[in-house]
Amino acid sequence: MAERPARPPNPVVQLTLMRLREMAREPGVLFWVFGFPVLLAIALGVAFRARGPEPVVVGALPGIGSEVRRALAAARVQVKDLDADSAARELRAGRVSLLLLPPAGPEGELGFRFDPARAEARTARAVVNAAVQRAAGQTEPLAVADHEVHEPGSRYIDFLVPGLVAMNLMSGSMWGVAWVIVHMRTRKLLKRFLAAPMKRRHLLYALGLARLLVIPAELLVILAFARVFFSVQVTGSYLALFAVAVAGSASFAAIAIAAASRAQNTETVSGLMNLITMPMFVVSGVFFAYSNFPEALQPVIRALPLTAMCDGMRTVMIDGAGLVDVLPSLVVLALWGVPAFALGLRYFRWS
Amino acid sequence: MNPEPSPPAVLCRGLRKVYDGGHGIFRKPSPSVVAVDGLDLEIQRGECFGLLGPNGSGKTTTVEMIEGLLAPTAGEVELLGRRWGGDDAKLRERMGVALQETYLPEKLTVAELLTLFRSFYPKPRPLAALLADVELEEKQSAWVGKLSGGQRQRLAIACALVGEPEILFLDEPTTGLDPQCRRQVWGLVASYRARGGTVVLTTHYMEEAERLCDRVAIVDHGKLVRLGTPAELIAALPGGHVVELEVERNGAALAAEELRALRSVGEAHLSAEGVWSLAVSEPERAAAEALALLERKGLGLARLGTRKASLEDVFVALTGRHLRDG
Ligand SMILES: Nc1ncnc2c1ncn2[C@@H]1O[C@H](COP(=O)(O)OP(=O)(O)O)[C@@H](O)[C@H]1O
Ligand SMILES: [Mg+2]
Repeated sequence: MAERPARPPNPVVQLTLMRLREMAREPGVLFWVFGFPVLLAIALGVAFRARGPEPVVVGALPGIGSEVRRALAAARVQVKDLDADSAARELRAGRVSLLLLPPAGPEGELGFRFDPARAEARTARAVVNAAVQRAAGQTEPLAVADHEVHEPGSRYIDFLVPGLVAMNLMSGSMWGVAWVIVHMRTRKLLKRFLAAPMKRRHLLYALGLARLLVIPAELLVILAFARVFFSVQVTGSYLALFAVAVAGSASFAAIAIAAASRAQNTETVSGLMNLITMPMFVVSGVFFAYSNFPEALQPVIRALPLTAMCDGMRTVMIDGAGLVDVLPSLVVLALWGVPAFALGLRYFRWS
Repeated sequence: MNPEPSPPAVLCRGLRKVYDGGHGIFRKPSPSVVAVDGLDLEIQRGECFGLLGPNGSGKTTTVEMIEGLLAPTAGEVELLGRRWGGDDAKLRERMGVALQETYLPEKLTVAELLTLFRSFYPKPRPLAALLADVELEEKQSAWVGKLSGGQRQRLAIACALVGEPEILFLDEPTTGLDPQCRRQVWGLVASYRARGGTVVLTTHYMEEAERLCDRVAIVDHGKLVRLGTPAELIAALPGGHVVELEVERNGAALAAEELRALRSVGEAHLSAEGVWSLAVSEPERAAAEALALLERKGLGLARLGTRKASLEDVFVALTGRHLRDG
């Protein structure tokens, strides 16, 4: 026998490299992993930002004087000129919150027509009244000071970003593992690897490892983006954040292995994964707090893995938590991941 | 080398595979299929053994059971003197497999893919040697997805050769390849055999079986129909010659009975392409008789040829069907 060249390559390393190369050479994958969450954050962040305080819109019937108009413009109230017919229609449809009636009666008083049952109508009355009273010379008898809340940490975007990070890690793990397994199965690649003596666990390790190696990059892209454009901070420990990210990804990768263990085609596994992930998108508090759901559902919601991950991410990013504080989340994630992995391995089909 | 008589490369006894019909909740119910129906085979070391049969005759199912990728419903398999279910990884290291269809990862380069396969074996063949084996040195940095069909097939065989296997399984290695690529694959098989390897291949190409195989098992409907060297099988055919006859416009204008009734014609079969094959021992006389028949019936002759009988003719004679008719 000729002398042996250096040690043969390591199968886990090679299988991991296969996954990483496939990801890096598939532009679509890169988009879903990095581009999509950033786009979602932009869309939601901008939508939230642009909303600001709602402008007050009122209708003016013919005969409203320029003094009143000037006073309203100064108070940033929008005024629509309407005739009697259209005025009734606009008010009914809520396109104007209040109608200004020209001065009438013995004292020539300005008229407000509005529906007091509507919150925005009452707001409009208060704003319009204050504006015209001030213009007429009234000063506020009691001095007040407004303290508006714009500080980082309590805005919607601060709530949203940890949820998006959790959601993205979940999707990445589920699709990056389950879909890949089924794809390899339908293409007979699993069978081929098995015929070469690949060890089954080596493939599963590699799929997990490839995911773990992508997590830091994924976290970095989303968090850096959120910080630069929305000043979203990580107030707690980065180690705790990373622990939640890794535990969550591993847990979802295990669930993915279970979901993919027998599926014979990618349609089946796609359906199965939507079935698993969709309900959690809705109830786990990615986009809004799950405390909006009925009290009776709270324990169930809190036991879901995506909820654990969202909660863990939020305590770290918003409340400044450390490793100890996220332990409950880690436990929930492990309680899902370990049995799912055992189940997946038990029922796994290679062809 | 080994003074003891070494066990045969492959031994099958009463091998049987039934694919269950649908019984799951999610699948449509379908009848169960007997894919392999009691097969006995013994393949010697150093031999090139061919499984010849039309599509659906159970070739793939048979080799996958031998390869330990599919559990037999009944019967026994021994590969290199061992059974599946013991130290399977060790046994797999000694065999090389090219499945009938595997979609190798398209986004890897040839060298990356071979390195991946090399990582599965304790003593893999060096990368350079593998690339040289299958003449893909120039393609080693090309993505697998960019290779031609023939190159991809050679790469699949290179993957099978990674562990320097004692036995190589090739399931329809040249189906869909053009003649030149086919000959390249045949060259690979020949050089592997020259290194002392055993080959089991399935095919539905006669020429392939005749060229490559020491022995051929003709299978149909999961059963062994005939076994022997290509020469033996052909010699067993009555006559040993074939007259091929094409009638202008419509081959069905002749009936098999009319042709068989001719004195020097043994068997007569019409192929899907409309060619009559007549098994004969004296081609000139048979041709003359056939032409006379055409003239009597007022039919025009499109083509007439004679040749020596091939495995295809053996198959037709044994099953009444052409191999590629399926
Ligand atoms: N996974 C399967 N499930 C059900 N039937 C199958 C399956 N695989 C093959 N068959 C059937 O078994 C028979 C033999 O198939 P196969 O071994 O692939 O034949 P060949 O390789 O000679 O074309 C065919 O009738 C085929 O339809
Ligand atoms: Mg086949």
